[in-house]
Amino acid sequence: MNPQTLDTIVRLIYLLAAAGFVIGLHQMNSPATARNGNLLSAAGMALAIVATLLLLVTGEGGLSTTALLIIGLGVVIGGGLGLYMARTVKMTAMPQLVSLFNAVGGGAAALIAIDDYIRLSGGAGIEELRSLQVTIPTVLDVIIGCVTFSGSLIASGKLQGLIPGKPIVVPGGRIITFGVAAIAALGALYLFAGNVSVPVLFLIIAAGLIFGVTMVLPIGGADMPVVISLLNSFTGTAVAMAGFVIDSNVLIIAGALVGASGAILTKLMADAMNRSVVNIIAGGFGGGEGTVGAVGAAGGGSVREVSPDDVAIQLAYANKVIVVPGYGLAVAQAQHQVRELAELLESRGVNVEYAIHPVAGRMPGHMNVLLAEANVPYPQLREMEEINPEFPRADVALVVGANDVTNPAARSNPASPIYGMPILDVDQAKSVVVIKRSMGRGYAGIDNELYTNPKTGMLFADAKEGLASLVSAVKAV
Amino acid sequence: MSQEALAAITVFVLAILVGFEVISKVPATLHTPLMSGANSIHGIVLVGSMLIAASATEPLSQVLSLIAVAFATMNVVGGYVVTDRMLQMFRKKPTASAAKTAAATDATASAPKAEG
Repeated sequence: MNPQTLDTIVRLIYLLAAAGFVIGLHQMNSPATARNGNLLSAAGMALAIVATLLLLVTGEGGLSTTALLIIGLGVVIGGGLGLYMARTVKMTAMPQLVSLFNAVGGGAAALIAIDDYIRLSGGAGIEELRSLQVTIPTVLDVIIGCVTFSGSLIASGKLQGLIPGKPIVVPGGRIITFGVAAIAALGALYLFAGNVSVPVLFLIIAAGLIFGVTMVLPIGGADMPVVISLLNSFTGTAVAMAGFVIDSNVLIIAGALVGASGAILTKLMADAMNRSVVNIIAGGFGGGEGTVGAVGAAGGGSVREVSPDDVAIQLAYANKVIVVPGYGLAVAQAQHQVRELAELLESRGVNVEYAIHPVAGRMPGHMNVLLAEANVPYPQLREMEEINPEFPRADVALVVGANDVTNPAARSNPASPIYGMPILDVDQAKSVVVIKRSMGRGYAGIDNELYTNPKTGMLFADAKEGLASLVSAVKAV
Repeated sequence: MSQEALAAITVFVLAILVGFEVISKVPATLHTPLMSGANSIHGIVLVGSMLIAASATEPLSQVLSLIAVAFATMNVVGGYVVTDRMLQMFRKKPTASAAKTAAATDATASAPKAEG
């Protein structure tokens, strides 16, 4: 085929793929079309990959055996690993898997620019490396890609429990962060000024990798969703920069789309926690366990412990029960038990609804996914703004493994680190039952005065066991 | 600035604006699948990785592009599969057969009594 014609065809296919991404994302706006949207986006991706293969195989000189081996081996290794992990991951461990996939995407984007720079610097392309048009996207791709690679790995490790979830403060950590940022900036300026130097590029790579680590380490587990979302946006931007480096519009379009989406998500998530993205990145609260905990304990009253049988009677004769699921439910994999309990109560004529805090679980919408997995009917899942006015009408608010998002201190105590965070008004319900393993604190590391409220009964149990005992107790009523 | 670079920047800026518009209307309940879906879209970096792999002649270049292809494929394949797994759970009302398959495939759930 005429190379010109082939090039046109491939470009048109890329355009089709880009349209698939945009329309696919658009369809992910509503639960009804979301799955189609994802499939459409995947189809676009498949088209783009096939078109690229076509271009390489039929192009000038064809594809060398070595290149074919590299691509084949890479696809088999990466694809096999990705498929295996995606198929076997538990839904509760999904945020860290998304973070891991984000890390490798950012790593690939950085590698493209690194490889391009090394190649150009070693040969006839050295003149190109003196123009800003080449160096700006290359250096930005390297920096952003490296930050998102190491940062996402740390975020994933924190959620997986490989690295302690609580904020890790290294002595002088702040200085290291600023130091490596300065090194990256100076290195970038040096290359922008028309100098060509591979060692400086490696200095920038190292600075980016260290920056990613020191940026995420001091951030507590509660803020991790925001960080993952931010890094997702970074990766999109890095991919768009890689598109500039190798002159590929489809990379630019897809990367920019993701960069924009990640930015919006990040802001929405930070808003839901009444935090600014800058605050979170600057290293938030979470670490103040000692001092804040002491304040809470001083004001704390006694805790009323209840038995499953008491709670079962309360629930069975209630008109309206609002279930507040939290991360504890997700960890215990108790979504099926909570659905079973809800169905049992509904069969007795109790009106059951679920109150979903925007950051319940570990990412916005994470709890919806878990409950949907357990076949909880979608209309029963109510968002915070919708359900809050309903709490005063609820006979029982059943809190399962949720903590910080129910803490009234966010409304009433200006000294509390979570003051101002929107919460579920659980304490407005006529009575409250909390299923919780112990009096331990949530991610914010502070005490919850809800537990010492006289109308609150504490059922100390793992979410799964607690709910299972409630199911059998309700059956016996 | 060259014509090509100008065109590329135009595309970049317009794509960002499209991204804001397309995404800002998504309800919060779909945010996690959306993040995962967007995450798989930046797997398009696989196309770039294949292009550099095809022209790699130096051993260093070959190693770098192999890693890039493997990373990017992991991003694409894993991303789409995990997003699809999340999304297939969103349905209005569980039909009897759907509930049955869900219960059957979920090995981690303690066998619930078939009463609910």
